[in-house]
Amino acid sequence: MFEYAPAPESRSIVDIAPSYGLFIDGEFGEAKDTFKTINPATEEVLTEVALAGPEDVDRAVAAARRAFTSWSARPGSERAKYLFRIARIIQERSRELAVLESLDNGKPIKESRDVDLPLVAAHFFYYAGWADKLKYAGFGPEPRPLGVAGQVIPWNFPMLMLAWKIAPALATGNTVVLKPAETTPLSALFFADVCRQAELPPGVVNIVTGAGDTGRYLVEHPDVNKVAFTGSTEVGRQIARSVAGTGKKLTLELGGKAANIVFDDAPIDQAVEGIVNGIFFNQGHVCCAGSRLLVQESIADELLSSLKRRMATLRVGDPLDKNTDIGAINSRAQLDKIVELSEIGGQEGAERWSPPCELPDRGFWFAPTIFTGVTQAHRIAREEIFGPVLSVLTFRTPAEAIEKANNTPYGLSAGIWSEKGSQILAVADKLRAGVVWANTFNKFDPTSPFGGYKESGYGREGGRQGLEAYLA
Amino acid sequence: MTATATSRLSGLPDSPADLRTFLHGLPGVDKVGIEARAAALGTRSVKTSSKAQAIDLAIRMVDLTTLEGADTPGKVRALSAKALRPDPADPTCPPVAAVCVYPAMVPTAAAVLAGSGVHLASVATAFPSGQAPLEVKLADTRDAVAGGADEIDMVISRGAFLAGDYGKVFDEIVAVKEAAGPAHLKVILETGELGTYDNVRRASWLAMLAGAHFIKTSTGKVDVNATLPVTLVMLEAVRDFRERYGRQVGVKPAGGIRTTKDAIKYLVMINETCGDDWLHPDWFRFGASSLLNDLLMQRTKLTTGHYAGPDYFTLD
Repeated sequence: MFEYAPAPESRSIVDIAPSYGLFIDGEFGEAKDTFKTINPATEEVLTEVALAGPEDVDRAVAAARRAFTSWSARPGSERAKYLFRIARIIQERSRELAVLESLDNGKPIKESRDVDLPLVAAHFFYYAGWADKLKYAGFGPEPRPLGVAGQVIPWNFPMLMLAWKIAPALATGNTVVLKPAETTPLSALFFADVCRQAELPPGVVNIVTGAGDTGRYLVEHPDVNKVAFTGSTEVGRQIARSVAGTGKKLTLELGGKAANIVFDDAPIDQAVEGIVNGIFFNQGHVCCAGSRLLVQESIADELLSSLKRRMATLRVGDPLDKNTDIGAINSRAQLDKIVELSEIGGQEGAERWSPPCELPDRGFWFAPTIFTGVTQAHRIAREEIFGPVLSVLTFRTPAEAIEKANNTPYGLSAGIWSEKGSQILAVADKLRAGVVWANTFNKFDPTSPFGGYKESGYGREGGRQGLEAYLA
Repeated sequence: MTATATSRLSGLPDSPADLRTFLHGLPGVDKVGIEARAAALGTRSVKTSSKAQAIDLAIRMVDLTTLEGADTPGKVRALSAKALRPDPADPTCPPVAAVCVYPAMVPTAAAVLAGSGVHLASVATAFPSGQAPLEVKLADTRDAVAGGADEIDMVISRGAFLAGDYGKVFDEIVAVKEAAGPAHLKVILETGELGTYDNVRRASWLAMLAGAHFIKTSTGKVDVNATLPVTLVMLEAVRDFRERYGRQVGVKPAGGIRTTKDAIKYLVMINETCGDDWLHPDWFRFGASSLLNDLLMQRTKLTTGHYAGPDYFTLD
């Protein structure tokens, strides 16, 4: 057997301070109340960060409000300079950021290095390009910024979600108070340092760390004009309720239970890759993950045996090893949720399969898993698991595939695998999902708008459409 | 369709229409997807002990090749000597798998290699274009075998393949295999002239159904030779063929593989596509000339800790 020797990326490339305060008005403050952030692969404490209370959020919003007047008055070309500068610094420091992201989040270095960070830089470059062209974006002759944006982001793509939120906000002349997720605050704090390095005016970007309460203070703050949230549908509902009637503009990017539809004329080997990428990318911690595989019954056996063979080559382990395909689950709480839903899947009669794989003793781990014999009535076919767990369902005709794919309260993404172009177009047209991928999956690009139907949220991020949420 | 293929496999005549139906019924290959997969496998990091293991395996898989109009007995003798002992300074360095020469040079190489365990391959069948009458190709093959070649690298008629005349390609392979007698048959698809990955997959199956022991990417004489995605399509084909018919077929990428880094990418691809069974010189070969010296340089670097200059390795 050809074994790959360990090939770990060096963690000494990035400096982590023993504690981090809040980043408000261009300065890191002292941390009073704090909480710990850990490496989910080892449960080792990485550092302590400040827990922002209502007064802290108040100060951050006030700083953003002060900065807004001069930031929004600058010509777009001037704002673009800062964004270009930020994008270049991110590229220059991407190795540090990739290691930091993998340490704090648990995702494999291969992904943070080759997917997350390149997309982060691309997002800043893309919106930098829009900053001086807003008049021509199709939102009226004199589109104006909204003011202070309160942004709350999730733990699955900490740095990328920060880029999706901050880049369009700054390009359009808004100022920002951003709250990173409780379990993954470090890349946002690193980004604060990038802002200083880029000499971004104080107060334009403020980072407040904390848990759910901090997020609530921020979105409920009366001086916030715009709320942008990415996370669970449950929290999204609470935010929609609290924002209702306040005049704040709101975008929500929430959960999903995407159907990945494989027709009998699909390119089988590439479809298998797409299924693997669809559900095991980032440990399945992806709102648009292809967590429901809909496979045409006539090729189901063949496809499943190929899929199992492929899954047996997935390498689960140390996120910093360059050969790791699947890293650690982000937190104990998330692991518990995945374990619980998987047990329910077994109890409800679905057949569970995982390739033989050794999991480390410490840290939070879950082997890549598929459930076959799943029906629409099973909870694992309806609820978002947000882990490396795939539910396999079958269909007989294209009409049945469409019906099953749409039979979910969500509508964020979907995939179609077929060699027949006419079939791809016909099916894509009928799927109620914000993104439909054809013969690929989990492909992202800053020029392409992203967002959902139904309980997957509203508003679009990315592309020209992503500007609209930040303009009046 | 299974019945068709089985009868083809056992050499029974069948209608060209059945062959066409079978080959066009194979699942398609998505170009973007296969290239992305090959590129992703290329990012595997193979270091230290795995690298040493990979280098020795790659050396044992080399078909050390010279296919020039300027080849002389002297050149071929030197190359054959190098095949037996690639690194004169280090007796632990394994020999290569085979020497690959034109039929006219076979007796010269045979004299050096006899009894050594290093195979002697010869390109036959009007290599590289294959544009000659069948009788000429068969005579070419018989000559090479009579001269001492125990492996024959034949080319398919790309013209016939692209014209859709699969029956002709099939029958030629069967005839050459018969002419080759006990020698192992490697069938060169010349993937750089086939144009699409779908064609590469079809040509792979066609060659295997006709009885090929190995399928080989290229002659090394056209613009595009072995690539990772093309080899990946062929590895998937041999894997699926064995699953279906129980017979294992080898794969040989040839042309354009020059560095250790490249060679390791191929080994990773075998490892994660077909697994262990193909990680052996009986089932995978590199058709190459300059690759060997780069492997030797990297091998020396690993054992001594420093790089030696190119002058410390023999030219041929």
